[in-house]
Amino acid sequence: MSTDRDRTQSSSSIEYFVAGCFGAALAGAAGCAASYWMDLGIRYEGLSAAVALGALTLGLGVWANTTLERVDVVQEREPLGSTREERRDVVEGFERGERRIQRRRLLAGLAGSSLVAAALAALFPLRSLGPRPDHELSRTAWRRGTRLVGDDGKPIRPEDLEVGTALTVYPEGVTDPAQRAAAQTVLIDLGAAASAASSRPDWTVDHCIAFSRVCTHAGCPVGVYQPERRQLMCPCHQSLFDVTDGAKPIFGPASRPLPHLPLAVDDDGNLVARGDFSEPVGPGFWNR
Amino acid sequence: MGHRSDEELRRPRRRRTLSGRLVRGIDDRLGAASFTSKVLGKVFPDHFSFLFGEVVLYSFIVLVLTGVYLSLFFDPSSHKVLYHGSYVPLQGQSMSAAYASAVDLSFDVRAGLLFRQVHHWAALVFMAAIVAHVARLFFTGAFRKPRDLNWYLGSTLLLLGLANGFAGYSLLDDLLSGTGLRIMWSVILSIPFIGPSLAFFAFGGAFPGEHIISRLFIVHVLIVPAAIAAIIGAHLAIVWRQKHTQFRGPRATEENVVGSRLWPAYAARSIALLFGVATVLVLLGAFIQINPIWLYGPYDPTAATTAAQPDWYMGWMEGALRLMPPGHAVIFGVTIPNLFFPAVLLPGVSFVLLYAWPVIERRITRDRGAHNLLDRPRDRPWRTGLGAGVFTFYTVLFVAGGNDVLASELGLSVNAMVIALRVILIVLPVLVGLGVMKWCRDLRRADPPPEPETHARVEPEPEPEETGTPATVGNDTG
Repeated sequence: MSTDRDRTQSSSSIEYFVAGCFGAALAGAAGCAASYWMDLGIRYEGLSAAVALGALTLGLGVWANTTLERVDVVQEREPLGSTREERRDVVEGFERGERRIQRRRLLAGLAGSSLVAAALAALFPLRSLGPRPDHELSRTAWRRGTRLVGDDGKPIRPEDLEVGTALTVYPEGVTDPAQRAAAQTVLIDLGAAASAASSRPDWTVDHCIAFSRVCTHAGCPVGVYQPERRQLMCPCHQSLFDVTDGAKPIFGPASRPLPHLPLAVDDDGNLVARGDFSEPVGPGFWNR
Repeated sequence: MGHRSDEELRRPRRRRTLSGRLVRGIDDRLGAASFTSKVLGKVFPDHFSFLFGEVVLYSFIVLVLTGVYLSLFFDPSSHKVLYHGSYVPLQGQSMSAAYASAVDLSFDVRAGLLFRQVHHWAALVFMAAIVAHVARLFFTGAFRKPRDLNWYLGSTLLLLGLANGFAGYSLLDDLLSGTGLRIMWSVILSIPFIGPSLAFFAFGGAFPGEHIISRLFIVHVLIVPAAIAAIIGAHLAIVWRQKHTQFRGPRATEENVVGSRLWPAYAARSIALLFGVATVLVLLGAFIQINPIWLYGPYDPTAATTAAQPDWYMGWMEGALRLMPPGHAVIFGVTIPNLFFPAVLLPGVSFVLLYAWPVIERRITRDRGAHNLLDRPRDRPWRTGLGAGVFTFYTVLFVAGGNDVLASELGLSVNAMVIALRVILIVLPVLVGLGVMKWCRDLRRADPPPEPETHARVEPEPEPEETGTPATVGNDTG
């Protein structure tokens, strides 16, 4: 650490430097205005702003650390606590008032309970925030005979799918975003070989099998199908579901199988649902 | 040393300067002269680690300034619109007004992208500075009495920062943030008994609902920032009242503060830091792309994203979700879903322990005295070891939050990665904790504290409640 006197000798060159910094800051500010005015884009806007701010930083910083006071000053701490008398005065003053209130017990009690009542009454409007869950968590828009449609809204025949592919399907005619989100289904053509591999042959129709596409862990769409292993993967937290074994989770945090959607083929040859999912879709909740 | 400038300050001035007139004008109305002169002469100790708190304040200022600008253009609405802006790949697509206005902000509002990116970077730096500040306080024992009060306020600030960061990036309604909201919905749903109702109230119905964006907007731009501003104000007022801590030095004792005066040296340095923080944030915002929502596309609850990571400060929770082994509990017919444990219980326990730490340590050490001198981390090997272990635990969780990316980088399967990280999560914190503890002991042996023993120097004054004497932090009132 050098003394004040040393600093005074070198102070003129430092002052030139600091002055240069403030000059650069002025130029940066002008550049900032110009790059905005001329619409030069984010790089020039940002660079000129950074020049202005950075030069200010340097100028002020060097100035503060050199020519301004740079010696340690010792300051005593004042005691934080009050004196015993002051504390006693507070307690006594409070208790004096408290005793006055307590003399009118009924009034005090009424005042207290009316305050609580007013606070509780103010909570009621919170009920307007939304409906209570009815059956949205346990049922979806799938009904007996609802046709499966793709993104384009067209019905799907089993032969439309190629073996080993997965398709996202929705109940026909459902447009509400919340209903679509809950009812989204992954339809998979397992092929002839897989039909034998499936432990529940009655779940497939013409090699096709359908599961809820809402992950039972945190509700992300189970969007990745790995045909060679016949596994569905949720990209959010990497849960794996075995399609040939009732979509049971085989890895990752998910602990329940993806609910199964029973399928049938209607008279026109289109895939339809035989009813809703086997159980509530999506992540768990306490009374599911 | 320093006396000359002292005299300069006290030299009587007869000239009627501008500041003289100003002071008289204000003092006639508020009587603020003696307070103001105390303010100007207040001494602040210098140490690089004391800057973290200031960085928090200054990034908050940048957040408010950039945020106000963004709010002038952003439309927090879930209503569907067709995009007709200048970003060609999204032309004609249906999307929420929130997402469309955020894309417009990025491409069609001049300087809008700079403000957006600086705002986002400022949020990341804000949170990082809070964490660094908390670590500084922890490892140096700065949270001990009388500053435990400020520890509770600071913990609240960390909690509010997390909440507001999440609310902020969730507003944009792009595919990434929408997926985050979907997970948040499921997390709320997992809370026993009240979960389903709470989720429906928050979102105004079943997911995705129509209200969450506009509600998060008010939370993000009004409720939480107002709370943060109030807490920062209280935090600083308490720092002001209690004065800064300092490391033990040749002259620094429990009863004094050694450093530079607020006016002009410390003020100039601190303002320089404000501009320094702003410079770094503007450079980051201008040159390092962050959250390019136009590449993610609008949120669609049926679209899946791969390699989706939240902002860094949410990473530990994301990692906990990924490392949690499968399974759920059923107690008396009440299902407690898997998600509850890593996403509700772990953060809940983490914050309870964070808040309670000053009390817990007081129980362990039975040290109820007030402290103005800081510990060097080596002076308290067990505390430093514990802190290092806890820090390692959350770092492993953070790493696990990107396990899919990491696995593909390392050429491992995600499954192997998850199993390895589950083991590391338990083992590594213990090893690091014990290792750091030993390291501290060795350091302390090689370089003992200048005074007899740090933990022999507890209680500068006896407790007033026990002895009946006035509470004084220092006995030399100067």
